[in-house]
Amino acid sequence: MDEFTLSRTFINLIIATKWTIILSLIAFVGGGLVGALIALMRISSNKLLSRISWLYIEFFQGTPLLLQLFLAFFGFSVVTGINLSPLVAAAIALTAYTSAFLGDIWRGSIQAVPRGQWQAASAIGFGYFDQLRLIILPQAVRLAIAPTVGFLVQVIKGTSLASIIGFTELSRAASLINNVTLQSLLIFGLAGLIYFALCYPLSTWSQQLEKKLAYK
Amino acid sequence: MHYSFDFSVIWDNFGVLLAGAWLTLRLSLMAVAFGLVIGIVGSLFRTSGNRLLNGIALAYVEVIRNTPYLIQLFFIFFGLPAVGLKLSAEQAAIVSLAINFGAYSTEIVRAGVESIPKGQVEAGLAIGFNKLDVFRHIVIPPALANIYSSLVGQVILAVLFTSVVSQIAAEDLTYAGNYLDARTFRSFEIYFTLAILYLAIVWIVKALAYVVEARFFEFAKYRQ
Repeated sequence: MDEFTLSRTFINLIIATKWTIILSLIAFVGGGLVGALIALMRISSNKLLSRISWLYIEFFQGTPLLLQLFLAFFGFSVVTGINLSPLVAAAIALTAYTSAFLGDIWRGSIQAVPRGQWQAASAIGFGYFDQLRLIILPQAVRLAIAPTVGFLVQVIKGTSLASIIGFTELSRAASLINNVTLQSLLIFGLAGLIYFALCYPLSTWSQQLEKKLAYK
Repeated sequence: MHYSFDFSVIWDNFGVLLAGAWLTLRLSLMAVAFGLVIGIVGSLFRTSGNRLLNGIALAYVEVIRNTPYLIQLFFIFFGLPAVGLKLSAEQAAIVSLAINFGAYSTEIVRAGVESIPKGQVEAGLAIGFNKLDVFRHIVIPPALANIYSSLVGQVILAVLFTSVVSQIAAEDLTYAGNYLDARTFRSFEIYFTLAILYLAIVWIVKALAYVVEARFFEFAKYRQ
């Protein structure tokens, strides 16, 4: 067994961080696409679509991410007989989790645009989707940017739970190295530091955006 | 797909799940209670005007909010024994959850205190209230009303976070699920039921929050 010096520990953690970033990006892009659909369903005047999206948001916001990961990884394979790799299971669970939160954030942003804007757009002859696309969304996007960037921090932190179903990203790499060296304070301290380096700039950016883009 | 669902594993082991749910409930309550105390002290630091206290509280908030809870838990449970602080799984769970909730509630409580215009305090003093009465009757009720929904949202997140403590073998609801899964392989039935149980807890918290809001914060609806 090779010696785990401080620099080697650090390098291994950095290599594993690549997977934390990749998983975060998959969850953010996938969650963004599904989340956009959920937000549109939520504001739809169709009762059924609106109810389904409400239940979707309630379920994924009201249950622990860890259980969503267990369902995607263990539950899915037991029921269908198909074994998903930890990466695929984590990507599915994190996409569902992210889409529920982003869908809710974006629904809030759309509904925060004053009703008069819809009425004015309707009065000058735009159809529903043109009202949404040309009048409402440009204003809603402005409101949504800061909380969306802020939520990206939650996604990055959420990927740490993928370690529990055996996906080797930063947290699992830290646990594995810890099992060998038992220098827990140092290793989890370093892992925390790397997460902080990823998340803190995004948090700060989100706060700045919030001040800059406040609805006037 | 020829899977036949069999939820008998749930009924046959209801006692195991109930014991787990009981710990989840206790952990949530203690995390929120201790976390709120930390949050109130932290928000006092943040608004004190003393740069050192403010800096300490700000560093605490940023470190906790920008690192995953799993790492915080492992740091405390596996890391602290090296400096002579050995905690049981349950103790580590409570300490880490409270520290985590404390960071979020620090910022929420601070926002509440800062949402009260200075003029209100001055007006209260001017008509002869003493400082404590101003705080009790003029600052606290509207500040609480302002932050109430964020606080409830954070409490719900804290309840969901407790599931992670199963990873240090604290025997909560999720741990009970892992235990049953390892013995019966009824993964879907078990984790789906667990998810519904957590959802039920979240809905109960929301319902209680709604009742409390209607009873105590009715006044806040008519402001602005």
